[in-house]
Amino acid sequence: MRQSTGKDMMMDQAQIYTQLTSVFRDVFDEDDLALKPQTTADDVDGWDSLTHIRLVLAVSKAFGVKFSASEIGSLKNVGEFVDLIQKKT
Amino acid sequence: MAKNTPSNCRIIFEQHAYIIGWIFPHGCGSFAPFAAKHELRSTVSAELYRELSWLPRPPDDFATSCKQLTKTESEVGKQIRFLATHALDERQLSRLGRAIAIVREQGRSLKPLVPFKLGLVGNGTLDLMVPVLVATAARHGFALECVTGAYDQFLQDSLQPDSSLNTSRPDAVLIALDHRGLALQPSPGNEEIAAQTVDSAIGLVNTIRAGFARNSNAVCILQTLAAPPEGLFGSFDRALKGTARNLVDRFNQEVCQAVLQSTDLLLDVAGIAETVGLADWHSPAQWNLAKLPFSDDFVPLYAEHVCRIIGALRGKSRRCLVLDLDNTVWGGVIGDDGLEGIQLAQGDATGEAFLSVQQLALALRARGVVLAVSSKNTDSIARRPFKEHPDMLLREDHIAVFQANWDDKATNIRAIAKELSLGLDSFVFLDDNPVERGLIRREIPEVAVPELDSDPAGYARTLAAAGYFEAIGFSDEDRARADMYQANARRLSLQGQTSDLPSYLRSLEMRIVFGAFDPTTRSRVTQLINKSNQFNLTTRRYTEAQIEQLEGSDDVMTLHVRLFDKFGDNGIICVIICRPSRPGTWTIDTWLMSCRVLGRCVEQAVLSEILNRARAAGISTLEGRYIPTERNEMVREHYGKLGFTRVEEGPDGSSRWELSTDTELGDLPMTVEREQPQLQPA
Repeated sequence: MRQSTGKDMMMDQAQIYTQLTSVFRDVFDEDDLALKPQTTADDVDGWDSLTHIRLVLAVSKAFGVKFSASEIGSLKNVGEFVDLIQKKT
Repeated sequence: MAKNTPSNCRIIFEQHAYIIGWIFPHGCGSFAPFAAKHELRSTVSAELYRELSWLPRPPDDFATSCKQLTKTESEVGKQIRFLATHALDERQLSRLGRAIAIVREQGRSLKPLVPFKLGLVGNGTLDLMVPVLVATAARHGFALECVTGAYDQFLQDSLQPDSSLNTSRPDAVLIALDHRGLALQPSPGNEEIAAQTVDSAIGLVNTIRAGFARNSNAVCILQTLAAPPEGLFGSFDRALKGTARNLVDRFNQEVCQAVLQSTDLLLDVAGIAETVGLADWHSPAQWNLAKLPFSDDFVPLYAEHVCRIIGALRGKSRRCLVLDLDNTVWGGVIGDDGLEGIQLAQGDATGEAFLSVQQLALALRARGVVLAVSSKNTDSIARRPFKEHPDMLLREDHIAVFQANWDDKATNIRAIAKELSLGLDSFVFLDDNPVERGLIRREIPEVAVPELDSDPAGYARTLAAAGYFEAIGFSDEDRARADMYQANARRLSLQGQTSDLPSYLRSLEMRIVFGAFDPTTRSRVTQLINKSNQFNLTTRRYTEAQIEQLEGSDDVMTLHVRLFDKFGDNGIICVIICRPSRPGTWTIDTWLMSCRVLGRCVEQAVLSEILNRARAAGISTLEGRYIPTERNEMVREHYGKLGFTRVEEGPDGSSRWELSTDTELGDLPMTVEREQPQLQPA
């Protein structure tokens, strides 16, 4: 049985990675795409500035959170993105 | 204060009864079941527009189906259009748009989708819209190719003849500028600067238009501006000169004027944004983050509106509304509930919902949309409300074709199409019954079938929101169109009664009138040239500007043909362009006719007139060409039937024909008139 403690309110990193991976796969049309904390735009085919916008919009919808331009601008890799999402969910 | 005993409870209720009555004029009693039956859902709110709720929900395997497009062997164009005709969100449309791009890269045909090239310039990030536009265009029957300008380089794109936009020769250019791109700097209270600001904004748009007109001959689609919701003074913003609101209002009026005085087209972004709400339309976060000119939630709706305009430009707007009767035009079932039992009264919440469907149908008819009925009913019973119900707004003489029987509705709609001589892709079918809707979508996918919520209060709004009857102009001819089709349907039934065709044709008392292209007929001629598909020998499309050039030409022979008969004016039903090709020869560049006058010897009368004019110009040979398309199979043998000799046939099915201008045609069952007699008696 699930325990509904305060801790459960926050998504854990594994859950975020699972959901984030499915958003990435959708945006990049790539069923085998896998994410690691150190993944960056250089590691994914077709991750250009336009796809980046598409990605941010899709992530924001999927997790029901909003990002500011400065938050997005300072991200170094997927790991930081996950941290940011975790902070907001 | 008195306690609420049961007896004074009643008094309190009665004291407040006037309020209850005021809020619910239909009475408290009827409110309760009404609320229980119809949840006041949000489908008639902004969500209706944002979610494109008139379209059916996408299939569960939508993503897989998109992937499979790249492997589909045949009829990939049809499959694309099917997938596009669902309520897709921005991501699903992008996915479909990307799949279409891959199919195109594979070099495969997208038929029956028709190619259209759209230039896209403006401020902000427009590239995100491209796949959405491509997918949305497929919903409207187009294989769209988008050429985007460089970021914020709209002036260079337009003014430089060798810009990638101009050299790509777009069919139309969408100028997607918003209030930021036009530098509408507020100057509250300063009318002088306000006027200058509006002038220079309009000046900028005009410069861009003129550049594209000169360098690529493309028609431009101009946008009105969605006012930013951030006010400065409050309500007074609207009244004070020079506020952001005031500048936007004035700019929008100027753009409308510009469109009315030219062949350019209008995309009313202000209207779209007001409909869904300015606060949601403008997203400061998305502008800051990605320079999106408006919230990405509305990209599907925006693209839908763009493609409606393109559709209207190419004559793809729908022309006939087929109405179901029971629970669509009135509440209840006439066969069970009887004349007194159906809900249709003013003052009854449900009845008024159905009356608003009737009001919309009548308003559509007044602007040229033909109305028809398809109902599973006994004919005499279905007609009773039209004849006898005092609250009915629709009457029998508003309905061009009335099909009340027990056949399936696909058969009925095909019969209506035949009787009206309209293609199935001209039809919209409104029915509350999801089974009937599903049947028509499956049997006749060309017919547009809006989804309806269970609450009839939303029917009229949903039908209007779907935008099936988008128009880019409104002429006297449009005004009279519904009557014209109706008269035609009567002609056909008269034809059914007469077995002797020549005597039937004579009984029509036809009068055919020939005239050269001129300014008064220019827009109708252009409209026909761009939308006639079936009876069109060469399917050459010309812009209004090109038609204008032909008016002054000495060596090109042009004709517009008008037909009158005892039922009324059929309007311009035929367009001819003949060009000198070799000495002594005219080539018929364009011959198109409205299908509704087929079988009435109009072809012979038109040929006879061409021969007259050819002889007068010293021409000895008439050359005809047939260029096959998906839609014009019916005229493959057109020239053969008129006595031309086939001189050449291409591997693609095209053919070339010749006729000596000595040819005399026999008597025709109509009188001939000429608007400006160009022929001097010999």
